Amino acid sequence: MEILTGNTVCSGLAMAEAVLLDAEDYRIPYREVAPERLEDELALFEDARSASIDELQHIKEQVGEAQGHDVADVFSWHIGVLNDTPIRGAIEELIRNRHYSAAYATSTVMRGQQRRFAHMPDPVLAERIRDLHDIERRLLRHILGHAAEDLDHLTQPVVLVAHDLTPSQTAHLHETAVAAVVLEAGGATSHTAILLRALGRPAIVGVQDVATRIGGGETVIVDAVSNLVIARPDESTLAQYRDQQRTYSRLTLELDELLDLEPVTRDGERIFLMGNIEFPAEASACVAKGADGVGLYRTEYLFLRGDGEPSEEEQYLAYREAIEAVGDRWITIRSFDLGADKATQEAQYEPERNPMLGLRSIRFSLQNLDMFKRQLRAVLRASAVGRVRLMFPLIVSLMEFRQARMTLHDAMEDLEEEGLAFGHDLQVGMMMETPAAALQCKDFVREVDFISIGTNDLVQYMLAVDRSNERVARFYNPLHPSILRVLRDMIRTCKRAGVDCSLCGEIAGQAVYTLLLLGLGLRTFSMAPGSIPEIKKLIRLTTLTNAQRIARRAMSFETARQIGNYLRDETRRILPYDPI
Amino acid sequence: MGQHEETVVGQAVVHNQQGLHARPVMRFVDLASTFESEILVEKANEPSDRVDGKSVMHMMLLCSPKGTVLRIHASGADARQAVDALVDLARRHFDMEPES
Repeated sequence: MEILTGNTVCSGLAMAEAVLLDAEDYRIPYREVAPERLEDELALFEDARSASIDELQHIKEQVGEAQGHDVADVFSWHIGVLNDTPIRGAIEELIRNRHYSAAYATSTVMRGQQRRFAHMPDPVLAERIRDLHDIERRLLRHILGHAAEDLDHLTQPVVLVAHDLTPSQTAHLHETAVAAVVLEAGGATSHTAILLRALGRPAIVGVQDVATRIGGGETVIVDAVSNLVIARPDESTLAQYRDQQRTYSRLTLELDELLDLEPVTRDGERIFLMGNIEFPAEASACVAKGADGVGLYRTEYLFLRGDGEPSEEEQYLAYREAIEAVGDRWITIRSFDLGADKATQEAQYEPERNPMLGLRSIRFSLQNLDMFKRQLRAVLRASAVGRVRLMFPLIVSLMEFRQARMTLHDAMEDLEEEGLAFGHDLQVGMMMETPAAALQCKDFVREVDFISIGTNDLVQYMLAVDRSNERVARFYNPLHPSILRVLRDMIRTCKRAGVDCSLCGEIAGQAVYTLLLLGLGLRTFSMAPGSIPEIKKLIRLTTLTNAQRIARRAMSFETARQIGNYLRDETRRILPYDPI
Repeated sequence: MGQHEETVVGQAVVHNQQGLHARPVMRFVDLASTFESEILVEKANEPSDRVDGKSVMHMMLLCSPKGTVLRIHASGADARQAVDALVDLARRHFDMEPES
């Protein structure tokens, strides 16, 4: 039995056999083999190695003719690695002495090398990680051959274990029998984590070395309530978890009964709970979970499917589908937040050294005006069929907001000239997610129709923490006293100015923050649809007076830890049986 | 043959602008592999870490930026020839085109 821990992104319990997946969908079917299979596995590795070398020789000749020897040398290096005696020796040793399968031994050794390169001080050498990954994939493709299964053909529920998943792989999981996901990479608020939360199945990310510590076919318990991954559990642990699972399903049933009830506090204050979505298809999931609308539609996922920028028409159809799915409820569409993502960075001639502080989000949009305008036209046209709000992300200065709004007005004029319909009552707002804008909130509320507080980025920028870097993700704490002060002031400013204020960061959907936010004056929460029932239950069990008392008390502490402990205690008093 | 084996040591400086990266490492390993002798390489300023001069991975992980002084130890029948050839290769900037 081995117990690992990480960052829970979606709570719940699951017990099933593990399936290992690498970034290219190679599922390593089993980790160890019977002693009589050793010679076969050694032969399998040797065949894969020579097939890979043959392939590379061929590529090298072709490339050499077309692009010269310098480029062909890259592949010489790949061949050199495949011929490398220590590497071959290490893989063969794992097969011979540890009875690893050829695929698993290859993956283990190549991953080890990648980790060593990751720590190299010389950036030129560190870049070789990608080559090593490529070599690993080539070998695995030959070893697994037709045996490489994809997740579509699973018949039993499984726990998916991987180093990392791309957003598109994650988006595809809801069609599979994957019961839970455990990843090595990522903090609790990376893009993949956001998609995992939307998936609504138990998921823990940032679990160190999990892909090498858990083997395919082994039983794994994913306790995404206590933030534990238990590999190869013993009998008594299994029995204990079977009991817990029964309790957990009872609580889930209880939540379903709340579906038709409104989120109203015991002293009669109506709160609004909205859903965050990435794909139009999720809009109906929001309605099914009892949402008052969509508070955040992240449109960048349309752009990250791998086939480049979608046309205006494709975008129009997607936005329209989402708008129609929510009926007469409000939907807030955020213009694309591109630039810091992996896909855009990799496509750059020169990736940015610090993408989170680079050309991203509204800055990227304003420098790619044609692309931005195509999106605005699509949103405008779609807004004719529903109640739509549009907001711009990562605004730092008033000038940026004005420029974005001017571009929108240009698009409106164009549409008018062309005689195309659009919603004239479209509301225009912004994300409050940079410290600069947050501190200048008083000036912004004079110009915007609404604001949406994006705590994910706000916290990251205020605390100087990259939330997707597992080595510092634990310093990412939204309960830092400075953050609470900024939140309180923004909510107050909006209230005085009569501007609608909602919050769409991850904390909106986590019960431990609900009483605090309610007490600070927040009335609209936007979260992953799966979290709505839980938050609604909590709101229906408390009063505004109680929440205000809790918020005042929380503001009096000096450290995030004290605040966290206090809020957990207060929340548990109301929800004693739920995982907080 | 054990007692006839000699160990020859030679020193070479990495002149290449980008240090001993993938391509020069390939040149080095390819040449080293043509000799029978065992070839170990270390950095003169970090003498404890000797790596296999015939391994691409070992040589890469040595991490040798421009200016690094490499110490090459060869032991075997053709040790002298091996060291001379490898030192000469380093002197020729590992046969790389002049880098801009």
